[in-house]
Amino acid sequence: MAISQWMQKKKQEKALEYKSEKLDIPGNLWVKCFKCAETLYNKDLENNLKVCPKCGYHFKLSSKERIAMLLDEASFSPYDYEMRSKDFLHFVDSLPYSQRLKDYEQKSGLLEAITTGEGTIAGKHAVACVMDFSFMGGSMGSVVGEKITRAVEKAIGLRLPVIIVSTSGGARMQEGIMSLMQMAKTSGALARLSDEKLPFISILSDPTTGGVSASYAMLGDINLAEPGALVGFAGQRVIEQTIRQKLPPGFQRAEFLKDHGMVDIVVERKDLRDTLVKCLDWFGY
Amino acid sequence: MLEQKYLLPFEKPIAGLYKKIDDLKKLAKGGNIDMTQETRAMEERIELLRREIFSSLTPNQIVAVSRHLLRPTTYDYIRLIFDDFTELHGDRNFADDPAIVGGFAKFNGSHVMVMGHQKGKTTKENIARFFGMAHPEGYRKALRLMQLADKFNRPIITLIDTPGAYPGIDAEERGQAEAIARNLKEMMRLKVPLIVTVTGEGGSGGALGIGVGNRVLMLEYSIYSVISPEGCASILFRDAKRSPEAAENMKITAKDLFELGVIDEIIKEPVGGAHNDYATAAMNIKSSLKKHLSELAKMSPAAILENRYNKFRAMGFFLESVPD
Repeated sequence: MAISQWMQKKKQEKALEYKSEKLDIPGNLWVKCFKCAETLYNKDLENNLKVCPKCGYHFKLSSKERIAMLLDEASFSPYDYEMRSKDFLHFVDSLPYSQRLKDYEQKSGLLEAITTGEGTIAGKHAVACVMDFSFMGGSMGSVVGEKITRAVEKAIGLRLPVIIVSTSGGARMQEGIMSLMQMAKTSGALARLSDEKLPFISILSDPTTGGVSASYAMLGDINLAEPGALVGFAGQRVIEQTIRQKLPPGFQRAEFLKDHGMVDIVVERKDLRDTLVKCLDWFGY
Repeated sequence: MLEQKYLLPFEKPIAGLYKKIDDLKKLAKGGNIDMTQETRAMEERIELLRREIFSSLTPNQIVAVSRHLLRPTTYDYIRLIFDDFTELHGDRNFADDPAIVGGFAKFNGSHVMVMGHQKGKTTKENIARFFGMAHPEGYRKALRLMQLADKFNRPIITLIDTPGAYPGIDAEERGQAEAIARNLKEMMRLKVPLIVTVTGEGGSGGALGIGVGNRVLMLEYSIYSVISPEGCASILFRDAKRSPEAAENMKITAKDLFELGVIDEIIKEPVGGAHNDYATAAMNIKSSLKKHLSELAKMSPAAILENRYNKFRAMGFFLESVPD
């Protein structure tokens, strides 16, 4: 093999590895695919539900895009849309948490990492909670926990199914132990939903890790995952440091989770809505 | 009294006194002089100094006490607090996780189910027990035992002492996240009293996985946090060495968590920490458990469920509306 060939091969191999996706700036005309490195016209990408037409890589969706994609047009009405986080620990890392919150509000145009509410999917009523990675990496603090819990309690009152779309790095460190407690709170609400024989469909999108995966995200009656989504409990760096080994390719990806029995279906984004409708239909809605 | 080598860094002033006691003893032996009085005086000074040091520990120092190699483990407390312990093994699916132990026991004459994370006291023991970090089968074993207790109407007592759930390939393959999530959900459904005591390290989801109780108690020098101070520092400050700062910031001590309303009681430890006096630490836990158990015993199963749900339902601080 010539050196140039070898280098070409190396480059291809490298491109095939998943890379961490940085927030793509809206308004950019061209986007480079994080998986196959193909340069894509942004409009094409958006018309394809933000899935790379060449390799099928699923880009992250904002909560707004996700709601538009899954729910019937203009059917969504939000709950608790004014709820915001509070810096009750007066937590300071490189910035005070209060400042960080303001920055993210401005950057993302959102007040928190989740939008909850109700709407219809092909005419079927449901409560939907949609996380947004662009607000502090979708981290779960008091607001995420409270909004989910209230939404689930509302679903119990209205006898509606619950759909949660997760994308989160895990618990929000800036709220310390309170973030951890949200795991128990949300799981408790889901236990009640289950006791009421109301369905919960969990949609795992890239990435769903830490405290979010170890609470509501894994508790679906049906767990759906988007192709290639990173889903797991421990961070890959932490695992590598513990076992002092490189992780196998595809580790903690949606397909790996399906192979290990943790996910019902790996669903391509274009089929997600139809799959959701099928599930709701089976549940009797 | 403990050997010098087990002193924590901030107990250094005590080390000199220990040395003096040794010198006195040697002198007494060599010269055949009675030094009992002098030795006792020195021991009293150590006690006093220790009391002083421990009256104002920083969060980072409390982290060190909570992780002390000789800190009593779950087996120690089971031996000192409970009678007739019969250990039960396995999750009926995959394996028996040595990082969580549990079984039948009698508490104050009544049948209970007791379980907790199990650390070792030597490196060898710790390796065998994964340093108290459970795999999915550990959480599944714990849940199996809890549901067994629920079925036969026995109260459940759990002891928490773990750096966190085990981060490894096989743990992920077997569904670490699912195992913890399921425990959180199913613990909310248990109709019997459940009392949780954090005895050492309360490490994140790995702790909460057996921690959804009607009462959550903490030993004075134990910690409970969403991530280890080192983990927090390496992520937020990109420098694990800044963990003292993270420990301070995250509010992880019993006192802080009591003020935040996350725990119900702080259980006093003997001077110098539980590792200095196992019996006293155990006795203090026992009397707290007794009190809470008798309170909970008066409640109906429905009230127990409601009590546990509402306890966690109330947790969180947030703002309801946008300011002008």
